[in-house]
Amino acid sequence: MRPKSWKPWALLAPSMSAVFLLLVIPLCFVVVYSFWLRAPSGADIPAFQFGNYAKFFEDFFYPKILIRTIRISFETVILCVFMGYIPAYFFYRSESRYKKAFLLLIMLPFWVSFIIRTMSWINIMGDSGLINHFLLKIGLIQSPISMLYNEFTVLMGLIMYLLPFMVLNIYVSLEGIDKSLLEAARCMGCTEWQAFREVTLPLSLPGVSAGCLLVFVLTAGTYLPPMILGGPGNEMIANLIFKRIVGTLDWPFGSAISVILLSLLFVIVWTYNRYLGINQIFKSLQGN
Amino acid sequence: MKQFSIGWSLIRIYTIIVYVFLFAPIVVVIVLAFNPKQFGIFPMEGVSFRWFIKLAQNEAIIDAFKNSLVLGTLTALLSTAIGILAAMAFIRFEFPGKNTLNTLLLSPIMIPEVVLGVALLLFLRFLQQPKSFALLLIGHVVLTLPYVLLIVQARLVGIKTEYEEAAKSLGANAFQTFKEITLPLLLPAILAGALFSFTISFDDITATLFWATAQNQTVPVKIFSMLRLSISPEINALGAVMIVLTVTTPLLAGYLSRKFSKVKT
Repeated sequence: MRPKSWKPWALLAPSMSAVFLLLVIPLCFVVVYSFWLRAPSGADIPAFQFGNYAKFFEDFFYPKILIRTIRISFETVILCVFMGYIPAYFFYRSESRYKKAFLLLIMLPFWVSFIIRTMSWINIMGDSGLINHFLLKIGLIQSPISMLYNEFTVLMGLIMYLLPFMVLNIYVSLEGIDKSLLEAARCMGCTEWQAFREVTLPLSLPGVSAGCLLVFVLTAGTYLPPMILGGPGNEMIANLIFKRIVGTLDWPFGSAISVILLSLLFVIVWTYNRYLGINQIFKSLQGN
Repeated sequence: MKQFSIGWSLIRIYTIIVYVFLFAPIVVVIVLAFNPKQFGIFPMEGVSFRWFIKLAQNEAIIDAFKNSLVLGTLTALLSTAIGILAAMAFIRFEFPGKNTLNTLLLSPIMIPEVVLGVALLLFLRFLQQPKSFALLLIGHVVLTLPYVLLIVQARLVGIKTEYEEAAKSLGANAFQTFKEITLPLLLPAILAGALFSFTISFDDITATLFWATAQNQTVPVKIFSMLRLSISPEINALGAVMIVLTVTTPLLAGYLSRKFSKVKT
């Protein structure tokens, strides 16, 4: 077939112009704005200076939030791996005829709004929530204990949001393992556990690492769980951006923080892609 | 054999615990929506529909629902249309820079929604345009396009080019071939992509909170502003309505399309 070189470009024109006009150019504007000045009147003055970045790093207030964001993201990643691997393995090995229904169920939270899943933790962990009600009823406590508005509840909200991504990534990579490899290992005298450790686990690591990257990136860029389930000391970097842009309308500083967040994630994604390749992540999202 | 071992039972129990964790918040919202009392959460004092009735009488919420439905539908239509074209280009043609462009189109998945929200808003500010419904729509198209592209591409790879070539050799032109061969084979993926983008748009809060105005509120934005006071049975009722809507739509569509395809063959 003779390639007609204009054809793919015609097909790509709408999507490319959308992405350029609505993503690439606006992102360039964020970078440009991050060098601008903010007049005391609130107006933005075009300039080229690093004052907004200097302000971010001038004392420990903002870097502390950046470090907290990275720490919470790592905690979320680790918790998601521990909570997600076993269910993914269960789907992989299960021979139950309800396997498909189970898999469909794990995707179900994707269809429920993030804000509903987040706020519902108040129903469960609030002063008159499910857990307190239960503990009071069985007489273990006399008055409700306050459990909300700390890092633990923020992590609960984050895991609730990100765990399905991790499970799917691991499951997709487990499904890709040739089952005859496992049989071979068993024939050679491996126990079930040895076969898992020597064959299944190493071969599933690409999925685990893809899940880790996705969970890290999504955690580092979210502001809803800290806003709804966190206290004043649990703010993450995205909360800062939200406050600056929507609250105080400080566009230049808000842009500078966005650029800092974006560069952090870019370094992580770039390093990951350099050594492990990024396509695995997109693989797991296809089945949805 | 393995299904009866102790290890396997532990794996099963662990999985069930994870499911309880994932579903407890969702189930609790639906249960509490029927809670008749005004303050506090538990214990429930019977079952009542008063909060649903109150919702149905609240014009601001009805408006938010209309906005969300229109926005979701338009987003689904637009991003599916654009996505199909792009997927055709990537799977059916060879051209320089293909991989880079594909990654570029998928990149909104890896860019934090906060940054997307800020960027588009800033651009609008530069153009001195007010926030509008159009901003929400184009923003949601950018958010959903990667998912449509992934789903349609995955399906398109599996459709053999022989069918298309056969049609062409029988005298069909490119458009006829697409309409008669490719499109029908692609239909399940198109439906899935459209539904997925509808729910993403309908549910989105992170970026939408940057783009929405008082006149263009969506249901999640409404829930967010109601949450400022405190959680209430009314919010739970609104949440329950949303859950039922966004969960049953894809299940129903899946069921219908299966039934439909059975009738056809």
